Amino acid sequence: MLNLTPKEITERSALRINPAKTCQPVGAMYAALGVHRCMPHSHGSQGCCSYHRTYLTRHFKDPAIASSSSFTEGASVFGGGSNLKTAVKNIFDIYKPDIIAVHTTCLSETIGDDVGAFIQDMDIEDGKYVVHCHTPSYVGSHITGYGNMIAGFIKYLSKSTGKSNGRLNVIPGFVNPGDMRELKRILELMNINFIMLPDTSGVLDAPMLGSYVMYPPGGTTIENIEAMGDSPLTLALGELTCETPANELKRKCGVDYKCLPLPMGVEATDQFLMELSSFSGREIPYALEEERGQLMDILLDAYPYFHGRKVAIYGDPDTVLGITSLVLEMGMIPKYVITGTPGEAFTEKAEEMFARYEVTDCKAKASADLFELHQWIKNERVDLLIGGSHGKQIAKAEDIPIVRAGFPILDRYVHSYMPLVGYRGAIRLVELILNALMDRQDRDCADEDLEMVM
Amino acid sequence: MKAQGVLLEERRNFIHHKGSCGGNTIQCDTESVSGAVSQRACVYCGARVVLNPITDAFHIVHGPIGCASYTWDIRGSLSSGAEWYRNSFSTDLTEQDVIFGGEKRLWEALEEVARAHAPKVIFVYATCIVGVIGDDVRAVCKKAEEKFGIRVIPVMAPGFAGHKAIGYRMACNAIMELISKAPAGRKRRKGVNILGDFNLAGEMWIIKNYLEEMGIEVVSKITGDASCDELMHAPEASLNIVQCAGSMTYLAKRMEEDMGIPYIKVSFFGLEDTAQSLLNIAQALGDGEAESRAHLLIARETHELKDLIQKSKEALSGKRAAIYVGGGFKAISLIKQFREIGMETVVVGTQTGKKEDYDIIHLLVNEGTVVLDDANPAELEHFIKEKQAHILVGGVKERPLAYKLGVAFLDHNHERRHPLAGFVGIKNFIKEINLSVNSPVWQYVR
Repeated sequence: MLNLTPKEITERSALRINPAKTCQPVGAMYAALGVHRCMPHSHGSQGCCSYHRTYLTRHFKDPAIASSSSFTEGASVFGGGSNLKTAVKNIFDIYKPDIIAVHTTCLSETIGDDVGAFIQDMDIEDGKYVVHCHTPSYVGSHITGYGNMIAGFIKYLSKSTGKSNGRLNVIPGFVNPGDMRELKRILELMNINFIMLPDTSGVLDAPMLGSYVMYPPGGTTIENIEAMGDSPLTLALGELTCETPANELKRKCGVDYKCLPLPMGVEATDQFLMELSSFSGREIPYALEEERGQLMDILLDAYPYFHGRKVAIYGDPDTVLGITSLVLEMGMIPKYVITGTPGEAFTEKAEEMFARYEVTDCKAKASADLFELHQWIKNERVDLLIGGSHGKQIAKAEDIPIVRAGFPILDRYVHSYMPLVGYRGAIRLVELILNALMDRQDRDCADEDLEMVM
Repeated sequence: MKAQGVLLEERRNFIHHKGSCGGNTIQCDTESVSGAVSQRACVYCGARVVLNPITDAFHIVHGPIGCASYTWDIRGSLSSGAEWYRNSFSTDLTEQDVIFGGEKRLWEALEEVARAHAPKVIFVYATCIVGVIGDDVRAVCKKAEEKFGIRVIPVMAPGFAGHKAIGYRMACNAIMELISKAPAGRKRRKGVNILGDFNLAGEMWIIKNYLEEMGIEVVSKITGDASCDELMHAPEASLNIVQCAGSMTYLAKRMEEDMGIPYIKVSFFGLEDTAQSLLNIAQALGDGEAESRAHLLIARETHELKDLIQKSKEALSGKRAAIYVGGGFKAISLIKQFREIGMETVVVGTQTGKKEDYDIIHLLVNEGTVVLDDANPAELEHFIKEKQAHILVGGVKERPLAYKLGVAFLDHNHERRHPLAGFVGIKNFIKEINLSVNSPVWQYVR
């Protein structure tokens, strides 16, 4: 291929090569897995469901369950209403979830299935729920689908009783269970009573205890999703991912919201903690001050190894912006910053950061793909790649070290358990970056230059 | 046997216990039940996995991005030449295209590929919504063939048009469409085509080496490590040997009808099937010299494996296996292969097995073995536990299930780490089972 990518960039308007995104339903499926005792349901052909489960399983190395309406020729002509009805009955009978979260696919959207009406016509047992959202695969990306599914839960379940419960709603961006765990740890250190939706920790990083449970103990409870309507505030972490659901809750229950960047790196984590502090009226505890101080310490100790180095970052918009923010704080140059997800807000935010840190000759692009990134790199190299597994082909072809961060990571283990958010997440990412760069230095240097102390 | 609360009533006829009443007939080769957590994929998936290993073809997925991104470089099929197939090309349809039709975008995408990369063959996969929005993919492809002077072959693979096996058929049609335009008048050669091996971990090369040692030429490889030029020679072969019967028997039949090339089914999994297949090929070609060379090869390789198999029998004898794989032919080989090392198969299922496959399975397995078609994780869990299997053989979706159940696992799908075909594959098969069954981790799992 690996080196077949031509250096010369030719105009492409219709052809997508080596995407840096995938389609909405997989994001919806991921969100639904973050609700306790929930069965995600794919209303479309069988392949969609199978692909999404496979994709999630490959990233999380854990079973990802979901059911499918299993469309046939008939359903695609006459509509999938009866398929959905049969499916819902079968799912409750056999898999016994408390809630089924239906998302659509390109097929069911294109033939015009009115899933909301189908659900209204169903007899659903008391205490059981069926919710849905629209996730046409030809709009946005998996990031859009993630937000849409969260909004779907809120739309169906959240209620306002008129009496504040004093709790803080947190909508985490499209992040790993390890990140959700870290966010919860920070919230607990801040002594805040919160509701997090979704929460895939304890589901997609469930322990091996010698038996298979279809619904592991993790996930946001239905009760808590209902209670979100009585919270005074929602924090939407990931401005380009989580505004849709936060806005839905505002619309339905009048809960105010603030969109924050994913708390990655120093500044964004500071901002997150300040918001938490202002919500609770409490000081930031020493435990978190200590972690921040450790991060500062590390950045000072190791700066000669990363300062001024050029890096290409690719993946999901908020994750890429978060990493960009951290590398700028480290004094690195985010030479190329791309996402496959469409939306010019991404480019604007990235360029704002470039301007603020006065780095020049950096490029940001939404709706981009990895083929184009590869061509840019062929024209002007970088020292490091940061992103998911699909960048490994570029890394190998160009002999550039790669740090795996984001989604999907199909070729490594453990990542889903570990955070990138918070000061601890930043410390981890700094370590990964340092190891990649310093291992490379050791590998490439002449024998007489091999340093024992670095 | 009753498994109350575990099985959907509609699923009962898809599951069978050998020895129970109700005859030997298992329901299979039908659509999945709505709402089932099926492990199966769709028509497009079937077509894509079969064609994707053609290394120098450009595979353009016409549809929204998902279908392309989920199938980007995941097959693990190796190439000795071109690497274009490892890139992901698609039209990445947007809402505008869905409203106004995607033909224009497809045309532009074809132009862009033709202009920048000078491909020999382009396969265009039509996904679920393409037909629904009214795109005439065939017409666009035809026009592109005329304009660019290259082959542009439509693969009609809307996901809803059945399951994976229908997709295999669509892929076979596309291959026929390609090779039927081979220049006329080329002479028949004595060699064979290998059908239905996808060169996972280099398995195609292993088979090819055996045949070459027997003095048999491999004319073309379909589709593991295939190139477009080599495929065009396929009509010259004297015999087709079909390894993955589920996906390629249809192509073999069409080539027999249209080109007069007879075929035989083979399997290179396990000692018995590998040896028998080599002999069958020599016999089908009527090549006595090849047959005696095959005998020598088999004797040499079997001798080399003797100690290992004996040792494995001691270590693994009495252990129980569960099998859940794509096609029936592989399941059949695996049952025999487990038996060769003293292991019993207690659960066996396939995603797309045919009735004739299940008939053979039924003859092979012991009383009480559970046979199931298109199983879901709940069923697999139930029967793995009930039958106390020690190891599960399957693919990516089954792996974490096995581990959560505390059962060892062997990947016999796209993610296999080592070749499992041929004699060397037997070594790897045993090694992988040992690694998984005897991992020190199991001591700590409570």
